Amino acid sequence: MIRLTDVQKLYPGGTAPALDGVSLSIARGEVFGIIGRSGAGKSTLIRLLNGLERPSAGHVEVDGTSIERLSAAELRALRRRMGMIFQNFGLLASRTVADNVGFPLRLAGVSRHERGAKVEALLGRVGLAELRDRYPAQLSGGQRQRVGIARALATDPDVLLCDEATSALDPETTRDVLALLRDLNRELGLTIVLITHEMEVVRGLCDRVAVIEAGRIVETGAVDAIFADARHPATQRMLAAVAA
Amino acid sequence: MTGLFANVDWAEIGRACLDTLAMLGGSLLLTILFGLPLGVLLYLTGERGLLASRAGNAVLGAIVNVLRSVPFIILLIVMIPLTMALVGTSLGVAGAIPPLVVGAAPFYARLVESALREVDRTTIEATQAMGATTRQIVTGALIPEALPGLIAGATVTAVALVSFTAMAGVVGAGGLGDLAIRFGYQRFQTDVMIVTVVLLVALVQLIQYGGDRLARHVTRR
Repeated sequence: MIRLTDVQKLYPGGTAPALDGVSLSIARGEVFGIIGRSGAGKSTLIRLLNGLERPSAGHVEVDGTSIERLSAAELRALRRRMGMIFQNFGLLASRTVADNVGFPLRLAGVSRHERGAKVEALLGRVGLAELRDRYPAQLSGGQRQRVGIARALATDPDVLLCDEATSALDPETTRDVLALLRDLNRELGLTIVLITHEMEVVRGLCDRVAVIEAGRIVETGAVDAIFADARHPATQRMLAAVAA
Repeated sequence: MTGLFANVDWAEIGRACLDTLAMLGGSLLLTILFGLPLGVLLYLTGERGLLASRAGNAVLGAIVNVLRSVPFIILLIVMIPLTMALVGTSLGVAGAIPPLVVGAAPFYARLVESALREVDRTTIEATQAMGATTRQIVTGALIPEALPGLIAGATVTAVALVSFTAMAGVVGAGGLGDLAIRFGYQRFQTDVMIVTVVLLVALVQLIQYGGDRLARHVTRR
Protein backbone atom coordinates (compact mmCIF):
# COMPACT_ATOMS: atom_id res chain seq x y z
CA MET A 1 0.00 0.00 0.00
CA ILE A 2 3.04 2.25 0.38
CA ARG A 3 5.71 2.30 -2.29
CA LEU A 4 8.82 4.42 -2.54
CA THR A 5 10.60 4.49 -5.87
CA ASP A 6 14.14 5.78 -6.12
CA VAL A 7 13.50 8.55 -3.62
CA GLN A 8 16.12 11.16 -3.10
CA LYS A 9 16.06 13.96 -0.55
CA LEU A 10 18.48 16.84 -0.49
CA TYR A 11 18.34 19.60 2.08
CA PRO A 12 19.46 23.05 1.04
CA GLY A 13 22.98 23.52 2.30
CA GLY A 14 23.40 19.82 3.09
CA THR A 15 26.63 18.24 1.93
CA ALA A 16 25.37 14.69 1.31
CA PRO A 17 21.77 13.72 0.40
CA ALA A 18 19.66 12.70 3.43
CA LEU A 19 18.17 9.95 1.28
CA ASP A 20 19.89 8.58 -1.78
CA GLY A 21 17.87 6.33 -4.08
CA VAL A 22 15.56 4.68 -1.57
CA SER A 23 13.04 2.14 -2.90
CA LEU A 24 10.82 0.00 -0.73
CA SER A 25 7.28 -1.25 -0.51
CA ILE A 26 5.12 -1.90 2.51
CA ALA A 27 2.13 -4.22 2.36
CA ARG A 28 -1.25 -3.58 3.98
CA GLY A 29 -1.47 -5.00 7.50
CA GLU A 30 2.22 -5.56 8.06
CA VAL A 31 4.49 -4.09 10.69
CA PHE A 32 7.45 -2.67 8.85
CA GLY A 33 10.54 -1.46 10.68
CA ILE A 34 13.22 0.89 9.41
CA ILE A 35 16.32 0.70 11.54
CA GLY A 36 19.45 2.79 11.41
CA ARG A 37 21.75 4.95 13.43
CA SER A 38 20.93 8.57 14.10
CA GLY A 39 21.59 10.65 11.02
CA ALA A 40 21.03 7.69 8.70
CA GLY A 41 17.92 9.31 7.19
CA LYS A 42 15.13 7.49 9.08
CA SER A 43 13.30 10.62 10.24
CA THR A 44 13.28 12.05 6.74
CA LEU A 45 12.07 8.74 5.35
CA ILE A 46 9.07 8.39 7.65
CA ARG A 47 8.09 12.05 7.09
CA LEU A 48 7.93 11.44 3.35
CA LEU A 49 5.12 8.95 3.89
CA ASN A 50 2.61 11.56 5.09
CA GLY A 51 4.02 14.48 3.14
CA LEU A 52 5.64 16.30 6.05
CA GLU A 53 8.70 16.19 3.78
CA ARG A 54 8.71 16.29 -0.02
CA PRO A 55 11.11 14.12 -2.03
CA SER A 56 13.68 15.99 -4.14
CA ALA A 57 13.39 13.21 -6.73
CA GLY A 58 11.55 9.89 -7.05
CA HIS A 59 8.02 8.94 -6.06
CA VAL A 60 6.12 8.22 -2.87
CA GLU A 61 2.88 6.34 -3.53
CA VAL A 62 0.14 5.55 -1.04
CA ASP A 63 -2.59 3.26 -2.35
CA GLY A 64 -1.36 3.85 -5.88
CA THR A 65 -1.49 7.66 -5.74
CA SER A 66 1.69 9.70 -5.88
CA ILE A 67 1.48 11.99 -2.90
CA GLU A 68 3.49 14.72 -4.62
CA ARG A 69 0.53 15.13 -7.01
CA LEU A 70 -2.01 15.70 -4.22
CA SER A 71 -3.53 19.12 -3.62
CA ALA A 72 -3.18 20.63 -0.16
CA ALA A 73 -6.71 19.46 0.75
CA GLU A 74 -6.10 15.95 -0.56
CA LEU A 75 -2.87 15.76 1.39
CA ARG A 76 -4.72 16.72 4.60
CA ALA A 77 -7.29 14.01 3.89
CA LEU A 78 -4.48 11.50 3.41
CA ARG A 79 -2.90 12.53 6.70
CA ARG A 80 -6.16 11.73 8.51
CA ARG A 81 -5.79 8.17 7.22
CA MET A 82 -2.25 7.97 8.60
CA GLY A 83 -1.83 8.41 12.33
CA MET A 84 1.58 9.38 13.67
CA ILE A 85 3.28 9.08 17.05
CA PHE A 86 6.55 10.65 18.14
CA GLN A 87 9.51 10.09 20.42
CA ASN A 88 8.64 13.22 22.39
CA PHE A 89 4.90 12.57 22.10
CA GLY A 90 3.96 16.02 20.73
CA LEU A 91 0.93 16.32 23.00
CA LEU A 92 -0.70 19.70 23.54
CA ALA A 93 0.31 20.75 27.05
CA SER A 94 -2.63 23.15 27.20
CA ARG A 95 -5.28 20.45 26.66
CA THR A 96 -6.47 17.57 28.83
CA VAL A 97 -5.90 13.95 27.88
CA ALA A 98 -9.45 13.69 26.49
CA ASP A 99 -9.10 16.93 24.52
CA ASN A 100 -5.78 15.78 23.09
CA VAL A 101 -7.34 12.54 21.89
CA GLY A 102 -10.35 14.38 20.46
CA PHE A 103 -8.21 17.06 18.79
CA PRO A 104 -7.82 15.36 15.37
CA LEU A 105 -11.60 14.88 15.30
CA ARG A 106 -12.15 18.53 16.15
CA LEU A 107 -9.84 19.51 13.30
CA ALA A 108 -11.85 17.24 11.01
CA GLY A 109 -15.06 19.03 12.03
CA VAL A 110 -16.61 16.20 14.08
CA SER A 111 -19.23 17.51 16.54
CA ARG A 112 -18.49 17.61 20.27
CA HIS A 113 -21.18 15.01 20.92
CA GLU A 114 -19.76 12.49 18.47
CA ARG A 115 -16.24 13.17 19.70
CA GLY A 116 -17.17 12.31 23.28
CA ALA A 117 -18.11 8.69 22.65
CA LYS A 118 -15.15 8.11 20.35
CA VAL A 119 -12.70 9.58 22.84
CA GLU A 120 -14.06 7.40 25.66
CA ALA A 121 -13.68 4.31 23.50
CA LEU A 122 -10.11 5.20 22.52
CA LEU A 123 -9.07 5.98 26.09
CA GLY A 124 -10.56 2.68 27.18
CA ARG A 125 -8.63 0.92 24.44
CA VAL A 126 -5.27 2.27 25.61
CA GLY A 127 -6.17 1.85 29.31
CA LEU A 128 -6.33 5.53 30.29
CA ALA A 129 -10.06 6.04 30.87
CA GLU A 130 -9.58 7.29 34.43
CA LEU A 131 -6.96 9.87 33.40
CA ARG A 132 -9.19 11.67 30.91
CA ASP A 133 -9.16 15.04 32.72
CA ARG A 134 -5.44 15.14 33.53
CA TYR A 135 -2.96 17.32 31.66
CA PRO A 136 0.03 15.75 29.85
CA ALA A 137 2.49 17.22 32.40
CA GLN A 138 0.81 15.07 35.08
CA LEU A 139 1.44 11.80 33.20
CA SER A 140 4.39 9.38 32.99
CA GLY A 141 6.20 8.85 29.69
CA GLY A 142 4.39 5.58 29.02
CA GLN A 143 1.00 7.17 29.72
CA ARG A 144 1.85 10.08 27.42
CA GLN A 145 2.72 7.73 24.59
CA ARG A 146 -0.59 5.92 25.14
CA VAL A 147 -2.35 9.26 24.77
CA GLY A 148 -0.32 9.79 21.60
CA ILE A 149 -1.45 6.40 20.28
CA ALA A 150 -5.10 7.03 21.15
CA ARG A 151 -4.89 10.41 19.43
CA ALA A 152 -3.25 8.89 16.34
CA LEU A 153 -6.12 6.38 16.11
CA ALA A 154 -8.89 8.97 16.49
CA THR A 155 -9.56 9.35 12.78
CA ASP A 156 -9.57 5.55 12.21
CA PRO A 157 -6.39 5.52 10.12
CA ASP A 158 -5.20 2.57 8.01
CA VAL A 159 -1.57 3.27 8.80
CA LEU A 160 0.28 4.22 11.97
CA LEU A 161 3.66 5.92 11.59
CA CYS A 162 5.90 5.58 14.64
CA ASP A 163 8.83 7.99 14.87
CA GLU A 164 11.16 6.49 17.51
CA ALA A 165 8.01 6.00 19.57
CA THR A 166 9.67 4.07 22.40
CA SER A 167 13.09 5.71 22.43
CA ALA A 168 12.23 7.99 25.35
CA LEU A 169 10.77 5.13 27.43
CA ASP A 170 12.34 2.67 29.87
CA PRO A 171 12.61 -1.01 28.82
CA GLU A 172 9.53 -2.16 30.71
CA THR A 173 7.32 0.65 29.40
CA THR A 174 8.74 0.00 25.93
CA ARG A 175 7.53 -3.61 26.15
CA ASP A 176 4.04 -2.46 27.22
CA VAL A 177 3.79 0.02 24.36
CA LEU A 178 5.08 -2.53 21.83
CA ALA A 179 2.50 -5.06 23.09
CA LEU A 180 -0.23 -2.44 22.62
CA LEU A 181 0.95 -1.71 19.07
CA ARG A 182 1.07 -5.43 18.29
CA ASP A 183 -2.53 -5.83 19.54
CA LEU A 184 -3.69 -2.88 17.45
CA ASN A 185 -2.02 -4.39 14.38
CA ARG A 186 -3.81 -7.70 14.94
CA GLU A 187 -7.21 -6.39 15.98
CA LEU A 188 -7.59 -3.51 13.55
CA GLY A 189 -5.43 -4.77 10.73
CA LEU A 190 -3.50 -1.54 11.20
CA THR A 191 -0.41 -1.19 9.00
CA ILE A 192 2.47 0.03 11.16
CA VAL A 193 5.62 1.71 9.88
CA LEU A 194 8.18 2.44 12.53
CA ILE A 195 11.64 3.88 12.63
CA THR A 196 14.01 3.05 15.44
CA HIS A 197 17.64 2.62 16.32
CA GLU A 198 16.86 -0.28 18.67
CA MET A 199 17.07 -3.86 17.39
CA GLU A 200 14.88 -5.02 20.32
CA VAL A 201 11.99 -2.96 18.97
CA VAL A 202 12.34 -4.56 15.54
CA ARG A 203 12.56 -8.04 17.06
CA GLY A 204 9.60 -7.43 19.39
CA LEU A 205 7.19 -6.03 16.84
CA CYS A 206 8.14 -6.07 13.17
CA ASP A 207 7.31 -8.52 10.40
CA ARG A 208 9.82 -7.06 7.99
CA VAL A 209 12.71 -4.67 8.39
CA ALA A 210 14.83 -2.40 6.24
CA VAL A 211 18.28 -1.35 7.39
CA ILE A 212 19.24 2.18 6.44
CA GLU A 213 22.77 3.53 6.41
CA ALA A 214 23.89 6.95 5.15
CA GLY A 215 20.67 7.53 3.24
CA ARG A 216 20.56 4.13 1.50
CA ILE A 217 18.64 0.96 2.26
CA VAL A 218 21.37 -1.65 2.62
CA GLU A 219 19.29 -4.69 3.51
CA THR A 220 15.58 -5.59 3.56
CA GLY A 221 13.84 -8.79 4.59
CA ALA A 222 11.75 -10.73 7.09
CA VAL A 223 12.91 -10.02 10.63
CA ASP A 224 13.64 -13.70 11.38
CA ALA A 225 15.78 -14.04 8.26
CA ILE A 226 17.73 -10.88 8.98
CA PHE A 227 18.38 -11.94 12.55
CA ALA A 228 19.49 -15.38 11.42
CA ASP A 229 21.69 -14.25 8.57
CA ALA A 230 22.60 -10.57 8.41
CA ARG A 231 24.62 -9.86 5.29
CA HIS A 232 25.48 -6.19 5.50
CA PRO A 233 28.13 -4.98 7.97
CA ALA A 234 25.76 -2.26 9.25
CA THR A 235 23.18 -4.90 10.21
CA GLN A 236 25.82 -7.12 11.77
CA ARG A 237 27.05 -4.20 13.86
CA MET A 238 23.58 -3.51 15.15
CA LEU A 239 22.99 -7.17 15.99
CA ALA A 240 26.34 -7.29 17.77
CA ALA A 241 25.29 -4.29 19.83
CA VAL A 242 22.18 -6.20 21.00
CA ALA A 243 24.16 -9.34 21.86
CA ALA A 244 26.74 -7.40 23.84
CA MET B 1 -3.03 66.78 54.27
CA THR B 2 -3.70 70.13 52.54
CA GLY B 3 -0.49 71.47 54.03
CA LEU B 4 1.53 68.56 52.73
CA PHE B 5 -0.01 68.44 49.26
CA ALA B 6 -0.93 72.12 48.89
CA ASN B 7 -0.78 72.14 45.10
CA VAL B 8 -2.54 68.84 44.51
CA ASP B 9 -5.99 69.14 42.95
CA TRP B 10 -7.39 65.71 43.67
CA ALA B 11 -10.23 66.03 41.16
CA GLU B 12 -7.62 66.82 38.51
CA ILE B 13 -5.58 63.79 39.62
CA GLY B 14 -8.70 61.63 39.35
CA ARG B 15 -9.38 62.84 35.80
CA ALA B 16 -5.74 62.27 34.85
CA CYS B 17 -5.92 58.74 36.26
CA LEU B 18 -8.97 57.97 34.14
CA ASP B 19 -7.27 59.46 31.06
CA THR B 20 -4.19 57.31 31.63
CA LEU B 21 -6.32 54.19 32.11
CA ALA B 22 -8.33 54.98 28.96
CA MET B 23 -5.17 55.49 26.90
CA LEU B 24 -3.66 52.32 28.33
CA GLY B 25 -6.77 50.18 27.85
CA GLY B 26 -7.51 51.41 24.34
CA SER B 27 -3.95 51.21 23.10
CA LEU B 28 -3.25 47.81 24.73
CA LEU B 29 -6.33 46.31 23.06
CA LEU B 30 -5.36 47.65 19.64
CA THR B 31 -1.70 46.74 20.17
CA ILE B 32 -2.67 43.11 20.76
CA LEU B 33 -5.11 43.21 17.84
CA PHE B 34 -2.33 44.31 15.43
CA GLY B 35 0.72 42.88 17.20
CA LEU B 36 -0.53 39.31 17.59
CA PRO B 37 -1.17 38.65 13.87
CA LEU B 38 2.06 40.44 12.99
CA GLY B 39 3.99 38.26 15.45
CA VAL B 40 2.30 35.11 14.11
CA LEU B 41 3.31 36.10 10.56
CA LEU B 42 6.89 36.78 11.67
CA TYR B 43 6.96 33.29 13.19
CA LEU B 44 5.30 31.52 10.24
CA THR B 45 7.46 33.18 7.59
CA GLY B 46 10.63 32.58 9.60
CA GLU B 47 13.20 29.89 8.96
CA ARG B 48 11.60 26.41 8.97
CA GLY B 49 8.20 28.08 9.53
CA LEU B 50 4.98 26.76 8.04
CA LEU B 51 4.91 29.64 5.53
CA ALA B 52 8.69 30.04 5.35
CA SER B 53 9.53 32.94 3.07
CA ARG B 54 12.85 34.67 3.29
CA ALA B 55 11.58 37.75 1.40
CA GLY B 56 8.31 38.01 3.33
CA ASN B 57 10.07 37.64 6.65
CA ALA B 58 12.69 40.23 5.68
CA VAL B 59 10.00 42.79 4.74
CA LEU B 60 7.99 42.24 7.93
CA GLY B 61 11.14 42.26 10.03
CA ALA B 62 12.30 45.51 8.44
CA ILE B 63 8.97 47.25 9.13
CA VAL B 64 9.03 46.09 12.74
CA ASN B 65 12.65 47.09 13.25
CA VAL B 66 12.22 50.54 11.72
CA LEU B 67 9.17 51.30 13.88
CA ARG B 68 10.92 49.97 16.96
CA SER B 69 14.04 52.03 16.39
CA VAL B 70 12.21 55.38 16.24
CA PRO B 71 12.31 56.87 19.75
CA PHE B 72 8.73 57.17 20.99
CA ILE B 73 8.98 60.90 21.62
CA ILE B 74 9.89 61.39 17.93
CA LEU B 75 7.18 58.97 16.78
CA LEU B 76 4.62 61.08 18.68
CA ILE B 77 5.54 64.16 16.67
CA VAL B 78 6.09 62.46 13.30
CA MET B 79 2.71 60.76 13.60
CA ILE B 80 0.71 63.97 14.16
CA PRO B 81 -0.55 64.30 10.52
CA LEU B 82 -1.50 60.61 10.38
CA THR B 83 -3.18 60.82 13.78
CA MET B 84 -5.20 63.85 12.61
CA ALA B 85 -6.31 61.89 9.55
CA LEU B 86 -7.23 58.83 11.61
CA VAL B 87 -9.05 60.25 14.62
CA GLY B 88 -9.52 63.94 13.73
CA THR B 89 -7.33 65.28 16.54
CA SER B 90 -3.80 64.89 17.79
CA LEU B 91 -4.80 65.89 21.32
CA GLY B 92 -6.31 64.10 24.27
CA VAL B 93 -6.83 60.39 24.78
CA ALA B 94 -8.01 59.79 21.20
CA GLY B 95 -5.01 61.61 19.75
CA ALA B 96 -2.60 59.58 21.85
CA ILE B 97 -3.85 56.15 20.87
CA PRO B 98 -2.56 55.93 17.25
CA PRO B 99 1.09 56.71 18.16
CA LEU B 100 0.86 54.45 21.22
CA VAL B 101 -0.32 51.56 19.05
CA VAL B 102 2.25 52.20 16.31
CA GLY B 103 4.94 52.34 18.98
CA ALA B 104 3.86 49.26 20.92
CA ALA B 105 2.48 46.83 18.29
CA PRO B 106 5.87 46.04 16.68
CA PHE B 107 7.34 45.55 20.16
CA TYR B 108 4.54 43.14 21.08
CA ALA B 109 4.90 41.38 17.71
CA ARG B 110 8.53 40.50 18.55
CA LEU B 111 7.47 39.19 21.96
CA VAL B 112 4.75 37.11 20.28
CA GLU B 113 7.29 35.72 17.82
CA SER B 114 9.64 34.61 20.59
CA ALA B 115 6.75 33.14 22.64
CA LEU B 116 5.68 31.07 19.61
CA ARG B 117 9.24 29.86 19.09
CA GLU B 118 9.08 28.31 22.54
CA VAL B 119 6.27 25.98 21.45
CA ASP B 120 7.47 22.39 21.10
CA ARG B 121 8.18 21.68 17.41
CA THR B 122 6.95 18.10 17.72
CA THR B 123 3.57 19.39 18.87
CA ILE B 124 3.28 21.54 15.75
CA GLU B 125 4.43 18.67 13.56
CA ALA B 126 1.94 16.32 15.25
CA THR B 127 -0.87 18.79 14.56
CA GLN B 128 0.24 19.03 10.94
CA ALA B 129 0.31 15.23 10.72
CA MET B 130 -3.35 15.18 11.87
CA GLY B 131 -4.31 16.98 8.69
CA ALA B 132 -4.68 20.47 10.20
CA THR B 133 -4.69 23.54 7.98
CA THR B 134 -2.22 26.30 8.76
CA ARG B 135 -5.05 28.35 10.26
CA GLN B 136 -6.05 25.40 12.48
CA ILE B 137 -2.44 24.94 13.58
CA VAL B 138 -2.25 28.62 14.56
CA THR B 139 -5.58 28.85 16.39
CA GLY B 140 -5.76 25.29 17.74
CA ALA B 141 -2.18 24.55 18.71
CA LEU B 142 0.27 27.46 18.46
CA ILE B 143 -1.67 30.14 20.29
CA PRO B 144 -3.13 27.92 23.07
CA GLU B 145 0.31 26.36 23.66
CA ALA B 146 2.02 29.76 23.76
CA LEU B 147 -0.71 31.45 25.83
CA PRO B 148 1.31 31.91 29.04
CA GLY B 149 4.11 33.52 27.00
CA LEU B 150 1.65 35.68 25.06
CA ILE B 151 0.16 36.94 28.32
CA ALA B 152 3.60 37.61 29.80
CA GLY B 153 4.44 39.56 26.63
CA ALA B 154 1.22 41.57 26.86
CA THR B 155 2.12 42.41 30.47
CA VAL B 156 5.56 43.69 29.49
CA THR B 157 3.95 45.67 26.66
CA ALA B 158 1.35 47.17 29.02
CA VAL B 159 4.12 48.34 31.36
CA ALA B 160 5.96 49.90 28.39
CA LEU B 161 2.69 51.57 27.36
CA VAL B 162 2.38 53.20 30.81
CA SER B 163 5.66 54.99 30.28
CA PHE B 164 4.65 55.81 26.68
CA THR B 165 1.41 57.41 27.93
CA ALA B 166 3.48 59.56 30.29
CA MET B 167 5.57 60.77 27.33
CA ALA B 168 2.44 61.38 25.31
CA GLY B 169 1.73 64.12 27.87
CA VAL B 170 4.34 66.21 26.02
CA VAL B 171 2.07 66.57 22.98
CA GLY B 172 -1.05 67.26 25.04
CA ALA B 173 -2.39 63.77 25.55
CA GLY B 174 -3.53 64.32 29.12
CA GLY B 175 -3.13 61.75 31.84
CA LEU B 176 -0.78 61.42 34.79
CA GLY B 177 2.38 62.00 32.78
CA ASP B 178 0.96 65.24 31.41
CA LEU B 179 0.18 66.39 34.96
CA ALA B 180 3.67 65.49 36.13
CA ILE B 181 5.27 67.48 33.32
CA ARG B 182 3.02 70.57 33.42
CA PHE B 183 2.69 70.96 37.18
CA GLY B 184 5.36 68.83 38.76
CA TYR B 185 8.18 69.83 36.43
CA GLN B 186 7.33 73.13 34.74
CA ARG B 187 5.79 74.76 37.84
CA PHE B 188 8.09 73.14 40.39
CA GLN B 189 5.16 71.57 42.25
CA THR B 190 7.08 68.71 43.78
CA ASP B 191 4.02 67.41 45.63
CA VAL B 192 2.15 66.90 42.32
CA MET B 193 5.20 65.13 40.93
CA ILE B 194 5.33 62.78 43.89
CA VAL B 195 1.62 61.93 43.74
CA THR B 196 1.68 61.21 39.98
CA VAL B 197 4.85 59.13 40.20
CA VAL B 198 3.46 57.11 43.11
CA LEU B 199 0.28 56.47 41.12
CA LEU B 200 2.24 55.40 38.01
CA VAL B 201 4.37 53.05 40.10
CA ALA B 202 1.23 51.57 41.68
CA LEU B 203 -0.31 51.10 38.22
CA VAL B 204 2.75 49.26 36.94
CA GLN B 205 2.80 47.02 40.03
CA LEU B 206 -0.86 46.22 39.52
CA ILE B 207 -0.37 45.37 35.84
CA GLN B 208 2.59 43.10 36.60
CA TYR B 209 0.76 41.34 39.42
CA GLY B 210 -2.38 40.83 37.34
CA GLY B 211 -0.39 39.64 34.31
CA ASP B 212 1.61 37.16 36.39
CA ARG B 213 -1.56 35.78 37.99
CA LEU B 214 -3.25 35.36 34.62
CA ALA B 215 -0.19 33.70 33.04
CA ARG B 216 0.06 31.27 35.96
CA HIS B 217 -3.66 30.55 35.73
CA VAL B 218 -3.37 29.34 32.11
CA THR B 219 -0.12 27.37 32.59
CA ARG B 220 -0.62 23.61 32.54
CA ARG B 221 2.96 22.49 32.92
